[in-house]
Amino acid sequence: MSEGVLHAGAGHAVQHADYLEEPRGLWSWLTTVDHKRIGLMYMWSVLFFFLVGGIFALLIRLELLTPRQTVMDAETYNRVFTLHGAIMTFLVIIPAIPAALGNFALPLLIGARDVAFPRLNLASLYIYWTGAAMAVATLALGGVDTGWTFYTPYSTTTGGGVSLMVLAAFVLGFSSIFTGVNFIATIHKLRAPGMGWFEMPLFAWGMYATAIIQILATPVLGITLLLIVMERVLGVGIFDPQLGGDPVLFQHFFWFYSHPAVYIMILPAMAVISEVIPTFSKKTIFGYKAIAFSSVAIALLGFLVWAHHMFVAGMSLFAGAIFSFLTFFIAVPSAIKVFNWIATMWRGSIALEAPMLHAISFLLIFTIGGLTGLFLAALSTDVHLHDTYFVVAHFHYVMAGSNLIALLAGMHYWWPKMFGRMYNRRLAAIASAIIFVGFNLTFLPQFVLGSRGMPRRYFNYLPQFQDLHVVSTVGSWVLAAGLFLTAAYLLASFRQPKGMPANPWGGRTLEWETPSPPTTHNFEGQPVLQHGPYDYRPEPAPVGVKEMAH
Amino acid sequence: MNWFRDFLLPRGASTLVGETDGLFLFITLLTVFFFFFNGALILYAVKRWRRRSEKEVTPHITHDTRLELVWSLIPLVVVMLIFFWGFRGYVKAWVAPNESMEIIVTGKKWVWEFEYPDGTRTLNDLHVPVNQPVKLVLTAEDVIHSFYIPEFRLKRDAIPGRYTELWFTATKPGIYQVFCAEYCGKGHSDMLARIFVDTPEQYETFLREGDEQVRKMPLKELGRLVWENKGCATCHSLDGTRGQGPSWKGIWGHKQRGADGKEYQVDADYIRQSILAPQAVVVEGYQPIMPTYQGLLREREILGVIEFIKDLQ
Ligand code: HEM
Ligand SMILES: [Cu+2]
Repeated sequence: MSEGVLHAGAGHAVQHADYLEEPRGLWSWLTTVDHKRIGLMYMWSVLFFFLVGGIFALLIRLELLTPRQTVMDAETYNRVFTLHGAIMTFLVIIPAIPAALGNFALPLLIGARDVAFPRLNLASLYIYWTGAAMAVATLALGGVDTGWTFYTPYSTTTGGGVSLMVLAAFVLGFSSIFTGVNFIATIHKLRAPGMGWFEMPLFAWGMYATAIIQILATPVLGITLLLIVMERVLGVGIFDPQLGGDPVLFQHFFWFYSHPAVYIMILPAMAVISEVIPTFSKKTIFGYKAIAFSSVAIALLGFLVWAHHMFVAGMSLFAGAIFSFLTFFIAVPSAIKVFNWIATMWRGSIALEAPMLHAISFLLIFTIGGLTGLFLAALSTDVHLHDTYFVVAHFHYVMAGSNLIALLAGMHYWWPKMFGRMYNRRLAAIASAIIFVGFNLTFLPQFVLGSRGMPRRYFNYLPQFQDLHVVSTVGSWVLAAGLFLTAAYLLASFRQPKGMPANPWGGRTLEWETPSPPTTHNFEGQPVLQHGPYDYRPEPAPVGVKEMAH
Repeated sequence: MNWFRDFLLPRGASTLVGETDGLFLFITLLTVFFFFFNGALILYAVKRWRRRSEKEVTPHITHDTRLELVWSLIPLVVVMLIFFWGFRGYVKAWVAPNESMEIIVTGKKWVWEFEYPDGTRTLNDLHVPVNQPVKLVLTAEDVIHSFYIPEFRLKRDAIPGRYTELWFTATKPGIYQVFCAEYCGKGHSDMLARIFVDTPEQYETFLREGDEQVRKMPLKELGRLVWENKGCATCHSLDGTRGQGPSWKGIWGHKQRGADGKEYQVDADYIRQSILAPQAVVVEGYQPIMPTYQGLLREREILGVIEFIKDLQ
């Protein structure tokens, strides 16, 4: 299927074993500096925490089946939703695509042998594990009941393991920063000869934009979290009015990071989708530059809108107007991308394989997620909807819906490359449909709950809201069933023989030019780019350098 | 259209509702439209151009500047429109008219306290006259709370050490639900209050004698109502389970041991004192966290609580 556009010594060099086999042994994995192995270890870790966070999610939904106590008391409920939010945000969604898929795929996509700083890469994984262990250890200190947003002065006055959880998020921040630094250097320095900025796969642009946010915004969160610990442990008055502090200041600091962080979550998802749609439409991406620039635009604009989380927190009319105004500009590049992806499918040759089905789910879910952002960006409607289930639904559409479904798309896309094995494609198609239905069943009712006035983080609720809560809870079971099915057939794929060809999907980016799974050094010799990343013309027009560099 | 609005939004009862609901419905239609529009395009593409052979060749279309301008500019215009629409409503909700009646609202774990211009104070029940602009000055005692009235489409945070404001003119007499919308701990979802929008006569009576329910109700029932509505329930159970405070079940006529080691007989005086000066005797094993209800309960309500507890054997 791959017409062999790139021959950089491939074929006639000595055949090495693939990166999964060589070197062998647990120790070789724990000390590896191979980006692919690090990516896989990140992936298994993220999936493990996704399971943990998911169990908490099911518990939350189960508790909300009835208006009053169902299976746990209020204090337990508060701890469960805090852990769910903290685990899903800091341990799952933020690292999911960049650290797992990005680490695996980015160097392959740009024709590099590894990331620019392989040891830093391994360090980031160990830091992630450390932070994760700290987060889990808070359970031993009685849990945390602040919500993942740690709003002061509640967080500086409540009991439990808040300081440890906050330090965990602080530590995890470094793993995110290290990944960001690494990707920026890798993209600048290690692109294959002939690969100009605009011959890079869009995945790389997405990772680049994400990395900018990771290294610019994360330090602010780090400092803010340290200030909380200083207040809790040393009694320095920063946020608690009892000590002369200002609680609203915390919200500014927190959202200065956490708003851009929502783009740390969505840009990588968009990056995956930009790879999957051209491959399965067998057609060049529509509006390459528009997609690339809108990623960067989103990354930069994302720094100017944080206070849209605080329209009812007593800021001035003027500030409210500015932040609302700027927020709307984010919607435009988001819309542009969606239209570009649809235009890519137009007149394509569309293969409905599992990655593409997930990509289509993504398009539909992200459309809802993005458009419901408009209700929240507009001042008058946000006053009604802020801190209700509407916001919960909105951010699940963009985070759980869009990000995690893009993660699934990416995993199904690169699975044969990662392991050289194929999963059961029929089951995969069925599972993607179940996930789509389950997801919408879970979260669509929450928009209505919110607009009807149901506040978020409620243990008890008024009986008038029960019907919609029941639908949502049933939806969560459907969603879970789809995800367990996915886990089952993915694991079952390991019983298949390793027999995948280099390019099972007919993709045009460089990772498909090397065997599945690749050897430790990715390519035999230095690959040289001979056509654009999405060039599906029968005889691709050459770009860049043609001769073999070695 | 009306059924659609009534499905999505609670009935509206303030002067701000029209503006906010108009925008809400506009964006809803936009969302529904684009969802189906994008969905239809995708479905069409998938049906029409489904891959039939691996040999298929697709056209090499890299971009189309005109088309891209169209789909950048249309969203831009639409979102600017939404911005101004939302801003207009926000401005309208911003400055309270001069003739507004001012009520001070304090949020604390987990009750809302209201103080009227004449000094009357109530817990969790706010009475306001219909068609009269009312300005709420919000603050909090412990952590951030948020005062949310869905039927008025209004919400504002109550922040310790600060004053924030919110104003409304209620347009229909009736009872409206208030929620705490900012997470504030264990009792967050029970931190409910009600706004009674009164006719002017009802309001006068309320200021003089408390609300009608309170004046006519049998004492025992009144006591239960106080327990439910004035925050007692967040800490005191009726069935013997231990809360932030001792359960009320079966304490009448028995002895409680105070933190000072002395025994106290639970009688009418003891209960009265526990309500008005809760720190005077703290039952052993509990924190001195109960706020005083001095000035917050009418005499008849205190009698009601005593009768209610008497009955909980
Ligand atoms: C079209 C683009 C978007 C717009 C205009 C938008 C707008 C907003 C606004 C104004 C809020 C604040 C709502 C409130 O607190 O009252 C909000 C909340 C939120 N949004 Fe978005 N959003 C957009 C896309 C996204 C994306 C792509 C993500 C993440 C991947 C995201 C994640 C979140 C999260 C996590 C929250 C709430 C956090 C919390 O309160 O716990 N949003 N959004
Ligand atoms: Cu935001």
